[in-house]
Amino acid sequence: MGIFQMPSLGADMEDGTLVEWMVKPGDEVHRGDIVAVVETQKGAIEIEIFQDGVVHSLDAELGAKLPVGAPLATILAAGEAPSSAQAAPMPATVPEVETPEPEKAPVSTAVADSELPRPAMLGIAASPAARQRAAERGVDLAALAGSGPAGAVVLSDVVSAIPPSAEPARPAKAADAMTEMRKAIAAAMQRSKREIPHFQLSQNVDIQTASDWLAARNAAVPPAERILLGTLFMKAAARAAAQVKEMNGHYGEGGFTPAAQVNLGVAVALRGGGLIAPAIPEADKLSLPALMAAMKDLVARARAMRLRSSEMTSGTLTVSALGEKGADAMAGIIFPPQVALLAIGAPKVRPWVVDGAIVPRLLVTLTLSADHRVSDGRQANKFLAEIDTLLQSPEAL
Amino acid sequence: MTHDDIRAAFLEELVKVAPDLEADEIGDDDHIQDDLELDSMDVLNLVAALHTRFGVDIPEPDYVRIATPALATDYLGARMAA
Repeated sequence: MGIFQMPSLGADMEDGTLVEWMVKPGDEVHRGDIVAVVETQKGAIEIEIFQDGVVHSLDAELGAKLPVGAPLATILAAGEAPSSAQAAPMPATVPEVETPEPEKAPVSTAVADSELPRPAMLGIAASPAARQRAAERGVDLAALAGSGPAGAVVLSDVVSAIPPSAEPARPAKAADAMTEMRKAIAAAMQRSKREIPHFQLSQNVDIQTASDWLAARNAAVPPAERILLGTLFMKAAARAAAQVKEMNGHYGEGGFTPAAQVNLGVAVALRGGGLIAPAIPEADKLSLPALMAAMKDLVARARAMRLRSSEMTSGTLTVSALGEKGADAMAGIIFPPQVALLAIGAPKVRPWVVDGAIVPRLLVTLTLSADHRVSDGRQANKFLAEIDTLLQSPEAL
Repeated sequence: MTHDDIRAAFLEELVKVAPDLEADEIGDDDHIQDDLELDSMDVLNLVAALHTRFGVDIPEPDYVRIATPALATDYLGARMAA
């Protein structure tokens, strides 16, 4: 038997509000299934479960604000009987299983798929501001057609569903959501600056070759199949992180633990302000089109405030790109418990020396912030040099 | 499609990409990146949406030609007439 608890979705999280159950007692669940939605300072997060079993009981009420670690549900292993204390009041929601659990994974997965309602149907994707306003004004979210990314209901959908006379002067609820996010960022960044002895290294990288290669590739495909320059940076950073272990992992009470895989945190600026850095698992192993698709999906869901718990906590290194119109360079702040953050400046055409001649080339400044408890300049240097090398052969990325 | 139809359709796709924008508050000369703060991912999503809607495949070198509603309306109109 396991107790499914309110997870910590970041060093800064103290509590969360349970807003939606995706399962009910009797449902079979598998590791990685989304079982609930919790509203946090960083928006609504889809909470995944990390064990297989059957939902025995839901132990927390919708709308309850609960501290990290609070019990949310009781999960029984398949075939396990509830403990006597709990068994008494329960009707037989868990059928007696005489036969051992089917050994063939595909069978049980197929059963689960057919029995579990699809999250997209059960859960209504909506931004926190939209949820809040809908709750205040008694608007049924399920009745609205969302115009946000992936059909998510956004504030404007809710507002337009409210008759004009019923809508009072603009309340400050959206601003409140922003204030909450600002608080979450403040908590994480203050902790980082307090605890992590940062040091920074910068390197200018000639990306003319990579840019030319990408332009030729993109010219041959329709818009939906195009890849952004940022994807090349992400891939190169992920592959370099796999090489230089001191940049990829978590620092905890027992010191540094290098990660076995590269889960690349991608800093996503939210329109209207705020920042969130969900992770793409094993980004170093994805092809460029697959990584591009993952980034598209992540950005859309981050903006719709519909991320998953694992994405919030599994990042092992974060990359923050200033975009094509931004500043030259940024010295970023590491997201604890990670130990490095790579900031990518806006690429710009600059005079550069190639084979003894000054020529215009597209350059980008990479700035690595690293944790001096874990690494020194030597490893940081190696990491940046590896990225430079990888970007010189874009076709091999 | 008239000039106004194209403009309205462009704004509709733009607001889908950036739902916090209000179509009637967007000026004809507002730059989608400098003024409306679309990033490169947003621009690519917009280009893909315009491709689906108008059947016009905008190559990367032409992205600058849809940088404002005024520019985009002219560009899309010309491409569809061609």
